[in-house]
Amino acid sequence: MNPRGLGNLGPSAPVGRIRPRGTSRQAGPYPGTEPGQEFAPRPAWREESEQRILGGCGLMGVCDQSGKRMSGELALRSMASMHDRGNGLGGGFAGYGIYPELPHLFCFHLLYNDDVAKDDTEFYLKKHFRVVMDEPIPTKPIRGIENEPILWRYFLDIADERLSETQLSLEDYVVHAVMDINTYVDGAFVASSGKNMGAFKGVGFPEEIGEFFRIDEYHGWTWTGHGRFPTNTPGWWGGAHPFALLDYSIVHNGEISSYGINQRYLEMFGYRCSLQTDTEVVTYLFDLMLRRHGLPVEIACKALASPFWKDIDLMPEEQRKLFTALRMVYGSALLNGPFAIVLGMNDGMVALNDRIKLRPLVAARNGDVLYVASEESAIREICPHPEESWMPLAGEPVVARVSEKGRQKAIAQTRLSAGQRRAARSPQDAVVPGVA
Amino acid sequence: MAYTTFIPSEFRVVIDKDACIQCGRCAQQCGWNVYTFDEVEKRPVPDHSKCAACHRCVTFCPGGAISIKKNDLAFKHSDSMSPDLIKAIWKQAETGGVQLTGMGNDRPYLRIFDHLLLDACQVTNPSIDPLREPMEMRTFLGRKPDFLDVAADGPTDGNGVSPTASGTLRLLTELDRQLQLETPIMFGGMSYGSVSLNVHRSLAMAATELGTFMNTGEGGMHADLEPYQDHIIVQCASGRFGVDSSYLQAGAAVEIKIGQGAKPGIGGHLPGEKIDYEVSVTRMIPQGTDALSPAPHHDIYSIEDLRQLIYALKEATGYKPISVKIACVHNVAAIASGVVRAGADIIYLDGFRGGTGASPTVIRDHVGIPVEIAIATVDQRLRDEGIRNRASIVAAGGIRQSADVAKAIALGADACAIGTAALVAMGCHVCQKCHTGCCSWGICTQRPELTRRLDPEWGASQVVNLVHAWTHELAEVLGALGVNAIESLRGSRERLRGLGLDKMTLDILGVKPAGL
Amino acid sequence: MIGQGQEERAAAPDSAVVRNVPTGPARKGPTGIEPARITAGQPGTTRGTASRKGARVVIDGKGVYYKTLNEQIREEIERGATEVVLDNIIGQRYIGTGLAFPGVTVTVNGVPGNDLAAFMNGPTLVVNENAQDGVANTMNSGLVVIKGDAGDVLGYGMRGGSVYVRGNVGYRVGIHMKAFENRQPLIVVGGHARDFLGEYMAGGEIVVLGLGPSGGPVVGSYVGTGMHAGVMYIRGAVDEHQLGKEVRATEPTETDQARIRDIVADYCRVMGMAPEEVLQEPFVKIYPYTSRPYGRRYVY
Repeated sequence: MNPRGLGNLGPSAPVGRIRPRGTSRQAGPYPGTEPGQEFAPRPAWREESEQRILGGCGLMGVCDQSGKRMSGELALRSMASMHDRGNGLGGGFAGYGIYPELPHLFCFHLLYNDDVAKDDTEFYLKKHFRVVMDEPIPTKPIRGIENEPILWRYFLDIADERLSETQLSLEDYVVHAVMDINTYVDGAFVASSGKNMGAFKGVGFPEEIGEFFRIDEYHGWTWTGHGRFPTNTPGWWGGAHPFALLDYSIVHNGEISSYGINQRYLEMFGYRCSLQTDTEVVTYLFDLMLRRHGLPVEIACKALASPFWKDIDLMPEEQRKLFTALRMVYGSALLNGPFAIVLGMNDGMVALNDRIKLRPLVAARNGDVLYVASEESAIREICPHPEESWMPLAGEPVVARVSEKGRQKAIAQTRLSAGQRRAARSPQDAVVPGVA
Repeated sequence: MAYTTFIPSEFRVVIDKDACIQCGRCAQQCGWNVYTFDEVEKRPVPDHSKCAACHRCVTFCPGGAISIKKNDLAFKHSDSMSPDLIKAIWKQAETGGVQLTGMGNDRPYLRIFDHLLLDACQVTNPSIDPLREPMEMRTFLGRKPDFLDVAADGPTDGNGVSPTASGTLRLLTELDRQLQLETPIMFGGMSYGSVSLNVHRSLAMAATELGTFMNTGEGGMHADLEPYQDHIIVQCASGRFGVDSSYLQAGAAVEIKIGQGAKPGIGGHLPGEKIDYEVSVTRMIPQGTDALSPAPHHDIYSIEDLRQLIYALKEATGYKPISVKIACVHNVAAIASGVVRAGADIIYLDGFRGGTGASPTVIRDHVGIPVEIAIATVDQRLRDEGIRNRASIVAAGGIRQSADVAKAIALGADACAIGTAALVAMGCHVCQKCHTGCCSWGICTQRPELTRRLDPEWGASQVVNLVHAWTHELAEVLGALGVNAIESLRGSRERLRGLGLDKMTLDILGVKPAGL
Repeated sequence: MIGQGQEERAAAPDSAVVRNVPTGPARKGPTGIEPARITAGQPGTTRGTASRKGARVVIDGKGVYYKTLNEQIREEIERGATEVVLDNIIGQRYIGTGLAFPGVTVTVNGVPGNDLAAFMNGPTLVVNENAQDGVANTMNSGLVVIKGDAGDVLGYGMRGGSVYVRGNVGYRVGIHMKAFENRQPLIVVGGHARDFLGEYMAGGEIVVLGLGPSGGPVVGSYVGTGMHAGVMYIRGAVDEHQLGKEVRATEPTETDQARIRDIVADYCRVMGMAPEEVLQEPFVKIYPYTSRPYGRRYVY
């Protein structure tokens, strides 16, 4: 076994070389693998997705910056009010802070076509991780939600010796595992792989998906939601938004016309863009720029939606140098085409528009809670009278940051006993924040 | 006429006697002395065998009386032993010489650009209107890092919506010097000696006005070009003509010419007839001698020698960008990878359709590979090795129209260079007789009575018009593709489809067939 | 609210724990619980309660699907209402769309959805809150008054009538506005406008007043790009680099000033403001300087 790779897959998985690539900041093949090897086509759903599945149509995000957790019902209701922006072929939500009992474990949400895929993936997970807990993702039968895959979640830990054996960082290890499962296990798809967060998505209207996954029973400080209007087939649950990797999740409205070069740029750094949807590149670009290159989130957003040369030429010297360098180095990361995206992270949320604002995006703030959505009415549905509301400028990110203290407090609170909780329960917990 | 040769004239000059006003201008204009003006009958008498079909006489005849026809002698038809090949054998039998020719490969090899189609956006993604909405063509050539280090000064916003934080962010990474082009089209190297000084002047003025770059070629940089030196790339070729330290200081970048598409693997040859006083001063060789560029640089016999030369030039010029020009041959991807690892900041790929002032026909027509394949393989190879950011790719060799530029960029080039097209803009008719030095248009000759026919101001405006038109057409293409910045097309093979190409070629190009 | 009854809700601890849901092959066919209808955005046929008093009717739009709501509005007007008030509006689309009833006023309390007053022909439509995108899309005639902000693409292809916005507007406002003979569309914005204002304009008037606390630029970049007829009056400074290639900025003439005064007077009357303060700041006139801006760009 390659001491730096993650080794082989399950017993019935297709035998393929695992080629973990590029974990450092530099581009390049991972030491120990052969350069120039062909990327294996993703076997699982070649039939379903020969074509690229295009971006969807309505999104929202809500983030309580004090760390107080809100029910997922808010996100569900907000997306329901934008019903007509989708066509029922995709909906999804991402919640942060939803697993307060196990906040330090990576939680993998898996979608399986069949038991064979489940067995193969579990073999792989047990070999490379310590599976602390695994269980089916709770669901409710909802009319309109059909043909759902097997939905399972795993809470995972990694032994230190394993990490030092592979010489990978914790996050890179997880990324490798996710890429391996998605690429090599037929019929398995990792919907989310972060700590204390999860993505719930599938084929259906967002409110149906939300009811199906019972997201009103979860509480988190950040929720994002999405409803899709895809113009190519999918019957595939994995194609819905959000796209998540580690604790980055993206919901995206629009289409990326620069996808071809964004994808090839990411492949240079070891990401495998196998999901045939352009939203995938946005998630990987943020992982590359924020985690591996350590860029501040505002700069990463400016790389994706860069100012025009005519505006850069008018900037003061220092700024001009910075933005010229940014466009030179990250030109292949520029997202061209109409888009509005909401990025969820463990410590906040960022919303961004393309540079000539071809897709709608509205923001609002009420106290500590920040809202963004494709339509203002979707915000008013869950917050009738926000203190301020505005339309962000093209290419200007809207950034919300959840305080560390607030998050710790929210996690700690759930550790109280049930009795203590009942006693400590204040009216606030029963009422959805933001509603007057 | 007495028999002197088997070889019939290629063309026939046809003069309409009714339209001819007997001014004699045709005789005065022709560089090959096709016409003698019969003073008695007051009419021009052509010697068809000398005609190059350059159309100078046709253009300048006030009566529009002249027409140049093919001398279409009927040979017994053979697709194999065609008339051209028969004539070539005669020529060699009569002279024992190596056939020489000019310009680029004219054989019917597959033109891959003509089998690639571009995408357009509909419904799900809007196309962009290039006339009214911003369309960015600015391109930077040079070495770029893989990532940037940015420092955040001052307190970063904790809670709440952060204002534009760019005011408190500072760039820490020091970038290498770049060439800034306002359009992804630049001019390829054509040496002073193979072309006239007025051509260089025209290109220099055009490059300055367009915000792009011209290349001196291997003939050195004439002093008259000094005002434009910020837009000139100086070439250091195997013959080292005109290369001294002031030359290296003058240009915006230095290009090491390893090979060119029209004659891969062989050196250059400038006949002594084309070395007049000015050329000899610029090249720093004696007048009237043949200027021979050896095939290899005699200090580059292996790749580490190239690295040594590159860094020598960097030291000599204060680390200007160094470009390396190579011809596209079979293992161009491996060569390119080696060149980039040797320290080149720009790699210039010259395909087999590239033009030249003089090259043996056998080399020009049978050696090399298409630039489309070269771009695709070099780009992919550099990406596979993770070094694509270290050098920019410039593609050249038969770039004939703006669509070729768009397709080349989609395949992976950062910019395109034109040579033949720029000369055509100045009047060249691609008659392929550059090596004779008799160019009636004053382009690839040094005879003063011919070179003065090219007014540099006029030549510059022609070339500027051409590049502007191509840039606007490129903007239309980008708009249809739904992108408003050239970097979103660069390397995006997803926007190309092949039509009528075999699967292997498509795989090498990384392009899907139309329909998928 | 959503889903099951209250008993099951109380039994569930408030963090997500395991429930034994059977796994296995997917279910096919229309089984399961009907998803709850909880917003006006989801399809539904229940009408809003209407209370009439003479020619005035108040409709409670809470939870009413746009299609049902618009049918209801149309019926009330056909039945003789000249004043329709809509309460509790959150995101219903197409309000006022295609309404061809001059002399009718529709008042919206809440945030209406996209394409408000699209293709509208005659009525007055007042929104007491913010509006969203696509307001007055290809509007033919009538008056739209927005007491808050409005979104992008306002007045796209507008052919006549007026839109008054108290607050700010977004991108591509007044794009493709057209005037023909006696039909002159008018857009007045109280706050600021973003990029591509008046793009492709072929007639009509756009006025931007820059009132309000923001202090930023009154208009964005690419103002009037592609404009070939019509005029814009901007209260405040407009830099050269903000203008599209086809337009120029200049001082308004006497005729322009008179027209500006008229426009501002009517706008302030509707919005309940004093016109004097507005007229104190100088205006800039933006106009196209050629009707064939691309004549030399193409060769045949």
